[in-house]
This record gives sequence, C-alpha cells and structure tokens, in this order.
Amino acid sequence: MSAHVNAPSRAPQDLSESITGGVGESPSRPDGNLKVRGDYAYSSDLWAEDMLWGATLRSPHPYARIAGIDVGQALAYPGVYAVLTHEDVPGDNRYGLKIVDQPVLAEDVVRFRGEAVALVAADHPETARRAVELIAVDYEVLDPVTDPKRAAHDGTLPKLHPESGRENNLVRYQPVVRGRQDVSADVVVSGTYTLGMQDQAFLGPESGLAIPAEDGGVELYLSTQDLHSDRKQTARALGLPPDKVRLTMSGVGGAFGGREDLSIQAHVCMLAMHTGKPVKMMYDREESFYGHVHRHPAEMYFEHGATREGKLVYLKARMYFDGGAYASKTPVVVGNATTLGTGPYEVPNVDIAGWGVYTNNPPCGAMRGLGAVQPAFAYEAQMDKLASALDMDPVELRQRNAVDQGSVLHTGQKLDYPAPVGELIERARNLPMPPERDPAAEPDIRDLPGGAANTTHGEDVARGVGYAAIIKNVSYAEGADDYSTARVSLQAVGGEAVAMVHTAAAEVGQGLVTVQQQIARTELGVERVNIHPNDTSVGDSGSSSASRQTYITGGAVKTACEAVRETLFERATARLGHAVPDLTIVDGKLVSDSHGVLADVVDILGDEVIECTREYHHRPTYPLDPETGQSELVHVQHAFSVHRAVVDVDTQLGLVKVVALDCVQDVGKSVNPDAIVGQIQGGAVQGMGLAVMEEIQVSDGLIRNPSFTDYLIPTILDTPPMKVDIIERGDPHAPYGVRGVGEPPTISAGPAVLAAIRAATGLDLTHAPAGPEHITGTAH
Amino acid sequence: MDFLRAASLDDALATKAQRPDIAPIAGGTDLMVAINFDHIRPSGLLDLTSVPELADWSESGGVIRIGAGVPYARIISELGEHLPGLAMASRTVASPQIRNRGTVGGNLATASPSGDAHPALLACAAEVELASVRGTRRLPVAEFFTGVKRSAAEPDELITAVHLARATGPQQFAKVGTRNAMVISVCAFSVALHPDRAEVGTGLGSAAPTPRRAVEAEEFLAGELTSRGMWTDPRPLPETVVTRFGELVAAAAAPIDDVRGTASYRRHALGVLARRTVGWTWDEYSTGRQTCA
Ligand SMILES: Cc1cc2nc3c(=O)[nH]c(=O)nc-3n(C[C@H](O)[C@H](O)[C@H](O)COP(=O)(O)OP(=O)(O)OC[C@H]3O[C@@H](n4cnc5c(N)ncnc54)[C@H](O)[C@@H]3O)c2cc1C
Repeated sequence: MSAHVNAPSRAPQDLSESITGGVGESPSRPDGNLKVRGDYAYSSDLWAEDMLWGATLRSPHPYARIAGIDVGQALAYPGVYAVLTHEDVPGDNRYGLKIVDQPVLAEDVVRFRGEAVALVAADHPETARRAVELIAVDYEVLDPVTDPKRAAHDGTLPKLHPESGRENNLVRYQPVVRGRQDVSADVVVSGTYTLGMQDQAFLGPESGLAIPAEDGGVELYLSTQDLHSDRKQTARALGLPPDKVRLTMSGVGGAFGGREDLSIQAHVCMLAMHTGKPVKMMYDREESFYGHVHRHPAEMYFEHGATREGKLVYLKARMYFDGGAYASKTPVVVGNATTLGTGPYEVPNVDIAGWGVYTNNPPCGAMRGLGAVQPAFAYEAQMDKLASALDMDPVELRQRNAVDQGSVLHTGQKLDYPAPVGELIERARNLPMPPERDPAAEPDIRDLPGGAANTTHGEDVARGVGYAAIIKNVSYAEGADDYSTARVSLQAVGGEAVAMVHTAAAEVGQGLVTVQQQIARTELGVERVNIHPNDTSVGDSGSSSASRQTYITGGAVKTACEAVRETLFERATARLGHAVPDLTIVDGKLVSDSHGVLADVVDILGDEVIECTREYHHRPTYPLDPETGQSELVHVQHAFSVHRAVVDVDTQLGLVKVVALDCVQDVGKSVNPDAIVGQIQGGAVQGMGLAVMEEIQVSDGLIRNPSFTDYLIPTILDTPPMKVDIIERGDPHAPYGVRGVGEPPTISAGPAVLAAIRAATGLDLTHAPAGPEHITGTAH
Repeated sequence: MDFLRAASLDDALATKAQRPDIAPIAGGTDLMVAINFDHIRPSGLLDLTSVPELADWSESGGVIRIGAGVPYARIISELGEHLPGLAMASRTVASPQIRNRGTVGGNLATASPSGDAHPALLACAAEVELASVRGTRRLPVAEFFTGVKRSAAEPDELITAVHLARATGPQQFAKVGTRNAMVISVCAFSVALHPDRAEVGTGLGSAAPTPRRAVEAEEFLAGELTSRGMWTDPRPLPETVVTRFGELVAAAAAPIDDVRGTASYRRHALGVLARRTVGWTWDEYSTGRQTCA
C-alpha cells in the first residue's frame, strides 16, 4: 500500500493521461510525445535520496569450478557498503521461469561467461565497479560444453545439471508424430538450416531501484515484462512471503522477451535489505549482453515429400535448440517449434522431433516469436526449394497446402477459428510492387545496397522477390492456466464519471495502456478513463509475451468493466424503482431504446465508488503427449501473417538493400489500427535484422560482439517502406474476436527477406543471418 | 578525473607537456565510448573545443590546412569541392549526430585501422601537423600510423591539423559495412587521380594493422596511364588494366579474420571496390562528369 507514498522521483511513469477513442479507433499513445522529446523517464532514471549503487561481479569463464571467493579487499575499499556472495542469499539460491535451476549467485560452479558471482553496493557507481574488480575468485577452469547436438546425445560430456534427472544435457525432448511414418513421395527436398543467436536489442538497459520497507519487506521499482513472476522468484530468493515484495513498473525501454527472466531483481533487493538503504542497479550495454537471455540458435534438418501436383505428403524434421547454461524458456521453445514446425500448411504425415539442451553458451530464452522463428526459416526455405523442384510458382505451392478453418494440425488440434492463410497469401501477391530500378537513371546511392558508403552505382545489383507465410501460437499453451486480473472502478469526479483501470500487465511499448483505456471507454460509455500504474497490489496478469495481452488482459478489463456496468445497472434499477430491459451507457448517460435517456451515470453513482476485480481465463489447453505430441488443443489460438520482400543485392560484395517488406496479417479484430501497423512494421524490422545482420557471435562460450558497435541492428536506412494490409476474421473464442498481433510479423519477415536474397543470387543460403561472406562465398 | 579546458593552443600544449597522460577530447565520439566501456581511465580530460587554432580550415597556395577540431559535417558541406575524397569518406562516418561532433583529428589520434578518414588522407598524400611545446612538425600520413591504434605522435604532442593539396583530379571513397549506414568499415578503399603530377594515390582501411597504401597498384596504374598517353588523351580504361589494378589492391592487403568479417572476404571486397572506384574516377576524368555520391 505504501508503495506510492515514498515513491522515488521519476519513478512510475504517469501514463494515466486520458486519451479519447474506443475499440477500433486509433488514439495515440500517452508516452509517444514524451519519448520523442526525450522526456520519458526510464527505469534507468530512477533516483532516491541517499541511494547506493549496486554492481555485479560476473564469471569470465564459460565453465569453471569456484575454489574460493575472497571479498576482503573489496569490502575494505572506501565507499563500499556491502559485498555479497551466495552465502548471503537469504532464501533459496535458485530461480527460473519454468525450471528452477539458476543460482541467484554462483556457488561452487559457474556455467556461463557472465554468470553472477558476487554483488557490491557502494556510494558511487564507479566505486562499486572498482570494488567488483577487487573481489578475488579462485577459478578452476573446465572444458566448456558448447556443441548443442553433442550436449543432447553424448553421454561422455559433463552433465551441467545432474539434478535435472534428464538424459545427458537435455532440457526437453519432444516428438510430434502423426499419420504414416513409412511413406514416400514423388518429389523430396531436404536441407539443414541454421540460425544464429539473436539479441532483443532493447535500448533501455536492465535497471531498477530497491527500497527497504519498514515492515521488513522491500519495494522494487523496475522495468520488466511480468511483475508477478518477478515477485515470486525474488521473494523465494529473499526468503520473504510474496506480499512483502512489492513491485512497481517504471519506464520500460523495450523488452521483446529479454525481460522475462530475472536480471537485477533479486540482486538489488538483497543489497537494499542488507544495507538498509535504497539501492539502484543499472547495467551498461556490455553487461546487458551478459545479463539477459537471447534467442535460441538452432540447427534444423527438414525433409519434405510432395506429389507431382504439389500437395505435401510428409514432413520429417529434426531441430536442436541451444538453451545455454540455464533452462529459462527452453522447454517452451521446444514445444512451440515442434507444434508449429509444419508452418501454416496441411501435412498428412509428420515426424518432427525437437531437442532443447543445456550447454555452457550464453543462456537463451524468450524473444519475440519464441520457438516459431527458427522453424519458419527452415520450412519456408523448403517451400521455395520444393517449388523449384516441382517447377511450380512458390506462391501457388503455398496456397495449395495452406491451412484453413477446420484443418487438423499435426498435433491433432482442429482449427476451430478462422485460419485464412490462402487469403493472406493471395493478398500479399496482389499488393503493388515497388517500381523497378531504372538502370539508365542516375541512382541515389542511398537507395542501393551499401547505401551512403558508396559501394555501387548500380554495378552487379540484382533484384529478388520472396514470400513467407507463417503460423504462431498466441498465449500460454500446453495446459498452462493462462489468465489475467483487472480491477476497474467507476466514480463521479467533479461532476464527471471517471473510470480507473488497474492491472499488473506490463506496458513494454506495445500500447497496452491505450488498449485498456479503449476497452473501458467502450464498455462503460464514459469519456474519462485513467490507468493506474502497473504494480503488484492487484492480481497477476502474466507476462507481456506470446502476443497475449490484448487478448488476455483485454479480456480481464472487459470482464471487470461488464461487472462494474452490471452493478451500475442494478443501482439504476433500484433508483428507478423498475427494471429496464435494454440499458446501455452512452456518453455518461444511462439510455434504453424503449425509454430514451434515463439518468446521468454520475447521479446513479452519487458519492460511491463501484469497484470490481475480475480474472479472465482463456479456455483450457492440454499438454502434448510426451511420445506422440498429440493434444486435443495445445494452443488456444493461432495467428498468421504473410510477408513479401523485395531486395536488391550487390552480388559481388554481398550487400543487401531491402526495397520493400510488405505484410498481410489477420488480426481478428483491430482494436487500435495505428498501433497494429506499428507492431507489424517494428516486428518486421526485427525479423529482417535476423535475416541480414543480427547475430551474437559465440565461440568457445564467449560472446565476441557484446556491443552495438558490432552487434548490428537495422537503421532507418536499412528499413524499406512497409505496406501493411490488415484483415479481420474474428476468433469467436476471443474477446472482441482479437488475435495476437505482436509476434507474427517478426517471424514472417526474416524468411521472406532470405527468400528474396536467394531469388536474387540463386544461392542456397542456409544460415540466418546471411552476411556478405555467405553471399560471396568467402566465409572461410 | 579532472576536466581542463584549454583556451589557446599554447595553453593546451603546456598542459599536455606537464601531463602527458591526460586525454585530449575533441568530439568525444571515440573517447567517451572508451571511457564508458571502461577500456581507459585517463587521469583527466583536456577539452580542445575552445582552441581557435584547431577550429577552422584555410587554404594557401593550393594546400588546405584542416584544423584537427573541424567536424566531419563541415568537411562535407564546405570542402566537398576541394577535397572530394575526404568529403566522401566523411559522409560515410556514423550518423548526422556523430558527424556534427567527430573530427579528423580524433580519428587520426585513435589511429584505428578502420578510421574512415585515413584511406582518403593516404590517397591524397596528406601530412599530419603535430605540435608540442618543443615545436611543430609535419609528417606524411603514411608514416603517422605505426601499429594497431598506435601512431607516431609523442606523448607531449597534439595533432593540430592535416594538410592536403586541393584535388586536381577525381577522387573516390567507398566502404563496405554490414548495414547501410552507421557502421564501422569491414574494409574501405580510396583512390585519387593526380594528373598534375601524373600520379595515382590509394588508401586501404581495415585491411591491415594500419591503414596503408597499395603502392604497387598506384605505380602500375600511373605507369599505364602515362605510357598509353591517357593523362592527356583519355580513352576508356582497358578491362585488363582495371582487373590488374584490383588484383594489386587486394594483394596489398594483409587482413585478418575478426568479428566484422573474414580476411578472405576483405581481400575479395577490396578488389571489387578498387575496380569500381577506379572506373568511376576514370569516367569522371575522361568525361568531366562526376558520377553520383
Ligand atoms: C556511434 C558511432 C559511430 C561511429 N562511426 C564511425 C565511422 O563510421 N567511421 C569512423 O571512422 N569512426 C566512427 N566512429 C568513431 C569516431 O566518431 C571517429 O573516430 C571520430 O573521428 C573521432 O573524433 P572525435 O573528435 O570525436 O575524437 P575524440 O573522441 O574526442 O578523441 C579520440 C581520440 O583522439 C584523441 N584526440 C582528440 N583530439 C586530439 C588532438 N587534437 N590531438 C591529439 N589527440 C587527440 C583523444 O584523446 C582520443 O584518444 C564512430 C563513433 C560512434 C560513437
């Protein structure tokens, strides 16, 4: 309760400013102008009187035994208030999203370069960093496990998590089999595809401020994707009951999955509780590369058989996902990849297997498109390869095999909602093409591969076009009870009815604040809707991930609004002395078709506040059979998008300019059309980045490019105009018919760009990203 | 860490003489990154942005002196005609924000093999002006670079300027990076035709421990142009000459495999850049028409 009384300055962002517009309109974001002007306060701007600064000592080795830690010198350094090791973890020294396998601070062994070993609190960030260097750790360096395939199968390698009880270094093995396994086909194509490790590349580094509370608990201000998940894990580490650990969201500078796991949470709270002072932690960019999980790199063998007419007969797929040192979301990656591995296509006979493993590489976990991005690169490359083997138009081939409502996927799940993949593909093909390059005209070099760096004036530039259609699950799956909580109140303030919406659902830039206001405005018929800062004083909303919040938290807000409205109607009935059948609220007035305007909402409310808290649970899903991968309903919903990419490639230098990257997507119901276009365009750029430049290079367990100097993400000069064609085929099971939006474009953009590069160059290009070396054959 | 602001060159040189370990700061676009990443911990910063002797460029007798503190943005807007190669190189540096602050002086002092000004300075046979309380000297830029991020500047010296002859013929600069803007070079190449002295200049970036010239390629091309009488009677460059020039440029490189690219890609790409840029300069020389960029 006291969380906001002594709130630090520049803490939870005031995004409560009321916007106008209901469901289907495009009110602009309350944080938009602030961010453009540089006035938005991020969690890295948090500040409290008298606060200390925390810093983390991290392992320089991917795999080593710790023989001893000497903190004496660090502790003696002037300005240092605390130096903590695993011995100081007050609760259980373990955390994890799915599997609780990661130490808060390393004990006798470190399993990746960057693992947290010790913490320092000091009166200045520089002092804290210097003190970190004075901690002496005695490491016995071990041979790291770095090959994911060997980690899965080779019993002679060290077991990194013997406590797991699973074979070798397995985190999860999942087969999905359906139909006949001994089937042959007229035409068979196969390939092995690999994907590098992608970073979320959010701009706001991990940061937060912990303030010890008088009741022995702690207040934590931070940026995260899931307050309650953080609270549960942090409370466990601190040995506190969850209600003593109170979290409040501060300004989030991007997330994309990278804020699902703990980073500073338990550490900064430990330091605050130990010193009795507010403590702030903030990673710098390099530390951030070690301080959050990345997208799983993958190696995938895919083999498709088809009839001469281009109907898919079978798919055999083998996929390996390197989860790195700790499990994080590896089990979900394996689940998603194996259940979505056919792509949005009907395949009668399927034999898919996925392995997620532990290694001593950097831990991998959630990132936009979780587990669906990797197989999409493989199955879409295969569709083009198959089309070429059949001498068939690749668009035509995709249409012939596209799923539709009523299709049964290889898990046995029947799609009982629209699945208009054929229509999406058709519309993508029909979008206008960008103009051809005129070789006679003097080019603007910024439009050519290489851009302003002046590498070509048109020499050796070839154009290619590529398509990709993809499938993604929305929300939590495999039997998880996926729900969100909303508290909605309505009261009269200054003669006007004002609603307040309170959820813990993280606004990470996706526009959820706006969506919640739009829903409340639509459901309650009032103009003023305020949003309470996200915190843990209301029930769980789950994570801002899996494209789920508009669906799930939107559903909770809608349900809570309906409850508020019912209560209001009951009061109106009591006031009026008779029941009116068809009451609605319009512009703050109670209206019925039969009786016209009956009363002002403010008059019905009087001095009272109507407040209702409701949970929304989506319909139940079911786990996969561990042997066959069959499930009645493994995913509550699927989303689909199609991208068409047009690229110019300098075939001699291997440089790429994406000329157009157009998308068609089914969003079920467009709650905020402008925000959807923003999600699709932003997501597409992230997918394009993976296709052409984004890769964390890891060798022997070490990251070679932990900086934005060498981990490249697209700039505006790499970003083409992007047409977006949105269709709305409502899902009858979802609130308003919505369908998750945020992830699909990230998944379809990359394979489309790679397909276009293949079309321009005639090369196979089996690795994403396809860099200049791959295109010019000079990788070694 | 102290922060000192020099009001004049004498002032700055005196400070540098007393405290050779102090880090001069111009645009700060290299230095602050290094400090942020904790790669260096200088005892103090010596701010040069108020030193008038470093802040401007001037011309006398066909030679242009660019003060070490002149930012890229000014080189692009004010010197594009006189020094097209350096202006093109400047245009490829970073982003508008960085180009407003970053300087050739800072680029030289960092002496990174990937500094984008260096190939253009090499191709133009620029001289680096160094000053200390002991006096001022000028050094050919090719002698300035002594190793990876090492230069011939003495600890008490500041870089005060670069001197380059005004262009007498076409110049080009091209750089390969893995994205289309804001990228450190994977490799870069600059070529300048000097018809006044029947010479060709080249510069290679990210191709060896230091920026370097492709001397054999320069001599080969200048020799061909002279022996064929093409300086005075320009005709299309024979394909064989272009090809050989590309080979010699690639052969002059001694690149490494690193996180930005492989040695074999760099060698290959330098050959491509050499062939293309020499074609563009020759087109311009023979037709009088400048190609884009
Ligand atoms: C985002 C970003 C992108 C970049 N992109 C590029 C790029 O594309 N190409 C490229 O070449 N560089 C790039 N850089 C690097 C940098 O911008 C350039 O090297 C620039 O020329 C440095 O100049 P400065 O004035 O900012 O130097 P500073 O950072 O001020 O100084 C750099 C070094 O030079 C020393 N120094 C400065 N002036 C003098 C002097 N007069 N005498 C002696 N020593 C001196 C400093 O002590 C320091 O060691 C980039 C940097 C950033 C941050």
